[in-house]
Amino acid sequence: MMLIEDLSVGYRETSVLHGIDLKIEAGEILVLVGGSGCGKSTVLRTLAGLHRPSGGAITLDGRPIVRTSAERALVFQEDGLLPWRSVRRNVELPLAIRGVPRISRRSQALSWIERVGLDGYADHLPRELSGGMRQRVQLARTLASGPRVILADEPFGALDAQTRRAMQLLLVDVWSQQPTTIVFVTHDVDEAVFLGDRVAVLGGRPTSIRSIVDVPFPRGGGDNSAARAEILAALGSTQ
Amino acid sequence: MRKHLLRGGSLVAALLLWQLLTSLHVDFWLHFDRLPTVVDVARDLGYQLQTPLYYRDLGDSLGRILMGFALAALAGVAIGVAVGRSALTGDIVSPPLEVLRPIPAIAMVPIAILLFPSNEQGIVFITFLAAFFPIMVSTRHAVAALPVVWEEAVLTMGGNRRRVLWSVVLPGALPGVFSGLSVGMGVAWICVISAEMISGQYGVGYRTWQAYTVVDYPGVIVGMLSIGLLGFGSAAAVELVGRRVTRWLPREAEIAR
Repeated sequence: MMLIEDLSVGYRETSVLHGIDLKIEAGEILVLVGGSGCGKSTVLRTLAGLHRPSGGAITLDGRPIVRTSAERALVFQEDGLLPWRSVRRNVELPLAIRGVPRISRRSQALSWIERVGLDGYADHLPRELSGGMRQRVQLARTLASGPRVILADEPFGALDAQTRRAMQLLLVDVWSQQPTTIVFVTHDVDEAVFLGDRVAVLGGRPTSIRSIVDVPFPRGGGDNSAARAEILAALGSTQ
Repeated sequence: MRKHLLRGGSLVAALLLWQLLTSLHVDFWLHFDRLPTVVDVARDLGYQLQTPLYYRDLGDSLGRILMGFALAALAGVAIGVAVGRSALTGDIVSPPLEVLRPIPAIAMVPIAILLFPSNEQGIVFITFLAAFFPIMVSTRHAVAALPVVWEEAVLTMGGNRRRVLWSVVLPGALPGVFSGLSVGMGVAWICVISAEMISGQYGVGYRTWQAYTVVDYPGVIVGMLSIGLLGFGSAAAVELVGRRVTRWLPREAEIAR
């Protein structure tokens, strides 16, 4: 369980985030939505340990978060792959960092690549792949690092609608077999309602949480239009 | 095909023009009558190619440049990375370097002669200095311009600073490092030849200047051609290796290089 208490983050004099309280249960998908530039990414990067908070506390299972760690992997919107490494070598990187021996690195990487539907592409360079395929590789790389929390920063934001849908389904598929905590940032309300168990709406200046909406039927299976309307209303009131 | 014929023809025409101007002793403001003819040069080249001295000179110049260039590559990349990564290191290391940087390496020849026990080390030092600055500056820029997202990706996989250095900074800066190496190799040649002319013993630059002082003008031209050939070869070698290790660059960037 990740606990965020009275978190504030600032750059020099300006306060970006203020008074954020969140409790993220293990294995849940929490989606953060908000207008562009509202500091969604800052929340995520602070959880990753890339930003030092100026106030408040973040703990993962009771231990305070002070720096970056393999237990909190960040997925980027695009270009997060190392362009000089092949698909396989990109996926092998977190395994190498974890100290997995070379031989099992290779086979583990290949099985993750297969898992995200990219078998046959192991030796391709990122620039030879489409945007959607590159995000599949990022997903494989993130999963290979075996994180307890996946922090996803608009990972499908640069993809076309069809590819985005396929990626959402892939994420849900992988998650349902291995329920990791996911904190997912998006500005797409439909994506938020489809993926999230709960959706936190951010807004204001400095940014704080406007509302937290429970999604009654996460990942399909029922009518979520009330939750969707509630999120839209909360978003509207922040603008 | 037609293109190749044209280009070859142009080269032959230039040689013919040279042969005509020199064999007819044309003295029309420019003193072509003092220069050797193509035939003289070719004969001298043929002779020199059979003497061990010619290869010893080539070998000496090559040895000096490889030594100076290798040291410059190591120091240039190391200092460029350190300065590009840490503002503190930059503040400590950069000021003296920035004072030295605008001074052409060849202007340091007197210092090199005073400072080093032998001329040989002085020449290597001049070569080192010439190549060092372009490599260091290029590396520093490349490191400072690296997208932060790669570093953040490795950090959030649990990588430490050393991992970031080896897996992100060095490979990511390689295209920039290689453009520095190319420039460095070019100026290193200029400087090794000049330094040899001033203070060398053996070496193509020394031999060329020697030929001039003993009025062996075909020897001067043979020396010049050898310098050109070695310069071309070393630049091509750097280019080739550079292209191999930066094959991952997007196509547009490759063309722009």
